[in-house]
Amino acid sequence: MAENRHQSLGLSDEQVLDMYRTMLMARKIDERMWLLNRSGKIPFVISCQGQEAAQVGASFALDREKDYVAPYYRDMGVVLAFGMTAQDLMLSGFAKAEDPNSGGRQMPGHFGQKKNRILSGSSPVTTQVPHAVGVALASKMEKKDIVSLVTLGEGSSNQGDFHEGLNFAGVHKLPVITMVENNKYAISVPQEKQIASKNVSDRAVGYGMPGFTVDGNDPLAVYEAVKAAADRARNGEGPTLIETVSYRLTPHSSDDDDRTYREREEVEEAKKKDSLITFKKYLQDAGVLTEDKEKEMEEELTKIINDATDYAENAPYAEPESALKYVYAENE
Amino acid sequence: MPVMSYIQAVTKALQEEMQRDENVFVLGEDVGKRGGVFRATDGLYDEFGEERVIDTPLAESAIAGVGIGAAMYGKRPVAEMQFADFIMPAVNQIISEAAKMRYRSNNDWSAPMTIRAPYGGGVHGALYHSQSVESVFANQPGLKIVMPSTPYDVKGLLKAAIRDDDPVLFFEHKRAYRLIKGEVPEDDYTLPIGKADVKREGSDVTVITYGLCVNFALQAAEKLAEEGIDAHILDLRTVYPLDQEAIIEAAKKTGKVLLVTEDNKEGSIIGQVSAIIAENCLFDLDAPVQRLAGPDVPSMPYAPTMEKYFMMNPDKVEQAMRDLAEF
Amino acid sequence: MAKEKINMPQLGESVTEGTISSWLVEPGDTVNKYDPIAEVMTDKVNAEVPSSFTGKITELVASEGDTIEVGELMCYIETEGGGEEASSDDTGEDKPEAPVEKEAVGDAEDQADEDQPMKKRYSPAVLRMAQENDIDLNKVKGSGRGGRITRKDLEKIIASGDIPKAGDKQPEPAKQEAPKQEEPAAPSQPAAASAQPAQSGPQPTAQEGDVEIPVTGVRKAIAQNMVKSKTEIPHAWMTVEVDVTNLAELRNAKKDEFKQKEGFSLTYFAFFVKAVAQALKEFPELNSTWAGDKIIQRKAINLNIAVASGNQLFVPVIKDADEKSIKGIAKDITDLAKKARDGKLTSADMEGGTFTVNNTGSFGSVQSMGVINHPQAAILQVESIVKRPVFMNGMFAARDMVNLCLSLDHRVLDGLVCGNFLARVKEILENMTKENTSVY
Repeated sequence: MAENRHQSLGLSDEQVLDMYRTMLMARKIDERMWLLNRSGKIPFVISCQGQEAAQVGASFALDREKDYVAPYYRDMGVVLAFGMTAQDLMLSGFAKAEDPNSGGRQMPGHFGQKKNRILSGSSPVTTQVPHAVGVALASKMEKKDIVSLVTLGEGSSNQGDFHEGLNFAGVHKLPVITMVENNKYAISVPQEKQIASKNVSDRAVGYGMPGFTVDGNDPLAVYEAVKAAADRARNGEGPTLIETVSYRLTPHSSDDDDRTYREREEVEEAKKKDSLITFKKYLQDAGVLTEDKEKEMEEELTKIINDATDYAENAPYAEPESALKYVYAENE
Repeated sequence: MPVMSYIQAVTKALQEEMQRDENVFVLGEDVGKRGGVFRATDGLYDEFGEERVIDTPLAESAIAGVGIGAAMYGKRPVAEMQFADFIMPAVNQIISEAAKMRYRSNNDWSAPMTIRAPYGGGVHGALYHSQSVESVFANQPGLKIVMPSTPYDVKGLLKAAIRDDDPVLFFEHKRAYRLIKGEVPEDDYTLPIGKADVKREGSDVTVITYGLCVNFALQAAEKLAEEGIDAHILDLRTVYPLDQEAIIEAAKKTGKVLLVTEDNKEGSIIGQVSAIIAENCLFDLDAPVQRLAGPDVPSMPYAPTMEKYFMMNPDKVEQAMRDLAEF
Repeated sequence: MAKEKINMPQLGESVTEGTISSWLVEPGDTVNKYDPIAEVMTDKVNAEVPSSFTGKITELVASEGDTIEVGELMCYIETEGGGEEASSDDTGEDKPEAPVEKEAVGDAEDQADEDQPMKKRYSPAVLRMAQENDIDLNKVKGSGRGGRITRKDLEKIIASGDIPKAGDKQPEPAKQEAPKQEEPAAPSQPAAASAQPAQSGPQPTAQEGDVEIPVTGVRKAIAQNMVKSKTEIPHAWMTVEVDVTNLAELRNAKKDEFKQKEGFSLTYFAFFVKAVAQALKEFPELNSTWAGDKIIQRKAINLNIAVASGNQLFVPVIKDADEKSIKGIAKDITDLAKKARDGKLTSADMEGGTFTVNNTGSFGSVQSMGVINHPQAAILQVESIVKRPVFMNGMFAARDMVNLCLSLDHRVLDGLVCGNFLARVKEILENMTKENTSVY
């Protein structure tokens, strides 16, 4: 029997199974989105594939009853962990009125849901970093035990808002965790043409905070790093920068063709380290995930996603004139 | 009723709102210990402490962005941009984020923050301490832009801005700060955002303007009254979204409309005002709508000769009013 | 040697004034250019102000503790070379002259069409109003640049009710803008000069359908006196606005009881006449007459008032108005008006006037330019009292406002004294309150 890492991190068997289930749910919804896109039913997909471990590992390290997240467009694993449902995501994919993210106003991947403390996001990258810092500032002002997590890609870590936001957080010692999901590519441009330093996490020292680089395919490693950062934050020790290294398994989006800029062999090599495979193996080796349980989980998720797809496909669009609503507060 | 300067009215409004609601806080460059480079936040640091009067790093996008995040959480941040000219690094946060927050989340999230910035010229501030930047933001639904002309309006409108559930840009004319004084009631009052205000009733020529130029127009009107020219002056107060009803009413009042701004002429707020009049007032117009504005050069030069040439003043307004009245 | 000024510098971008916390020099001190001369405190900075010149301080104009505006004088310095450029702030900007109003209504006849290139350029508003009110624009004289007919021209015509229609055959110099408010100023001396009224150019001739009215009697006298007054006297005009809210309260509180007790009405006009009489006592310059090589200031204050009777107008006199109570004046007004209506005014009733007060407000006029009752030096037109929104204490209030329009003989009088006179009348009227004013 292999080493039981999760128990030494304080995670129960149920919790790690839940992590795996969430990762699998994200992967399966993502795959369904691609099928719907390629069959002409939804106009656009942007994927989480290859980053589920980092997203779910980090989320499970937080208090999902009170902490805030400012996700970026690939973070399906984060929003699922924070309470969004398959149906919510499908409604967003189909741009239907009931979509809790935007009521069909934004492209898929532009997450936001106030009741689950998921800050609304936009397409210009990195703008969410100062927002998460602002939440942390408010939390500190109110002396609340609340941490905010903001995620972004490694390319986005070149934006001014990254530096301005992290420096602000560092100066004011705010309870914010910045997690850069390094998937090696900013659309077509590889990491070495994006980042001058060896690691994104090297930048942390410039903002007076610790920086760590961890294996983004290992949800437990990410969990451990983020848990430590959250503890530091709650202790008033300030912010942390974490870089999770994995690989983007799909093209940038449904409108991209990655064969024009990277070798198939590279992708195939990365797929061997896919967390959906490696973490499943870990859970099987640890005796947590039995064959029965796996079958049961597969069937359950398939049903959920089928139902969600049907519901969303048949749900109504927003009324055309509703495009005029909610520019400003409408006090009745 | 106490008489105070324009900038004292700013400070008073901030102080009263911070006393009223502990969610209100101030952030910006030099706003804390120094009390602001113009002294707009004078005394607030001592009264409310460094947690609610925050000296931020010198980074405008973070000032706006952190404010947006805090506002999403439920705070009422009042951010100061040291000069309106330096708001440019924060434009992405203001336009892409604050302006669209409510709309893009289908009314789930909002960003109720106020961004204050001193604008305007005539203070030997040269290109980058003199600009009027309102038109950069004035086609961004989701934003509100307030530009008051008097201390009374400053207090009432700034308090309203802080209480508003949407992001408000509050541009204060830096020359007005100590030049314009007026009576300001001590009580807690707000003025409606989105409503223009008739500052003078008249029947010969209508002047529509905002900010410091309102004072120029009023001065000119007093002189012209001696010549028997009776001016009607509408202070827009909120330049976005515009108070169409008041604009139409003021234009119809005399049929001769002069629009004044110290911003560059092309693409300024008053172009939009002109379009509203053109759409609604054809059969009441008695003269072509006139625009009096700064020249279409990038900004206000430093040398006094060139600055004076660029800058609006009561004489320029008076001349344009007389010209239109005689048409 | 040259005497130079050192003015308060602009210390900081939004600063408009500075307080001298201490002088670092005294008169007699010699300073070099850029030596500090004073410590100045502003809202933004505290700074030492340097001298702009090398020389000897001759006078400290501002004292320590004084707050003075940017650009205002701090001290004088005597420079040696005299070569320094003098401060450029002295641009004589004062224009204390009384405002001279331009003639609002010119004569239409001598303006040929070629001088009026804008005469037929109608704005959308003018076309709409002409259509809605059936106005023949060919018959309207434009007051705008290039003879353009303005919206306001039409508003005036519509308000007058005298609308030139397409069917009418009246000649172009129509009677719109007839200066009816000037008529009440007609002097009462009906038997004045017998000469023809001065008239240049060809006489207009009547067309078929026109009505010819012979000019006789009072009309003729009025015409002659008007011409005499307007040709001889260089008129200038001034208007003040008076808040008579308190006065209105006063009158309203007393008028019913007064009428019952005295048997005649307590009119507003009586209060105005009283105020004018009182002010004239203090400004005898206005109670005077031009006499060629001298000006005669009258001792008696005898006020002409205008009284209409049918199509005739008389200006009988309230004698020694300064000695009468408001009640006494009101009684004179009532008596004179009754006599005028009954045709019983005697020449004694109309002689000896030294100044005229004209109740143009009774016609609804709010502004007018009276023709002076020759040979007096001025005439005051009391216009309608109208409720208007007035900005008071930071907010609008509904106030009873009235315009007082003074026409003055510019040979006798200047803007300054007339301004002071009007200010005094205004002060008297604004301070007439229930509490402090008795009508007896």
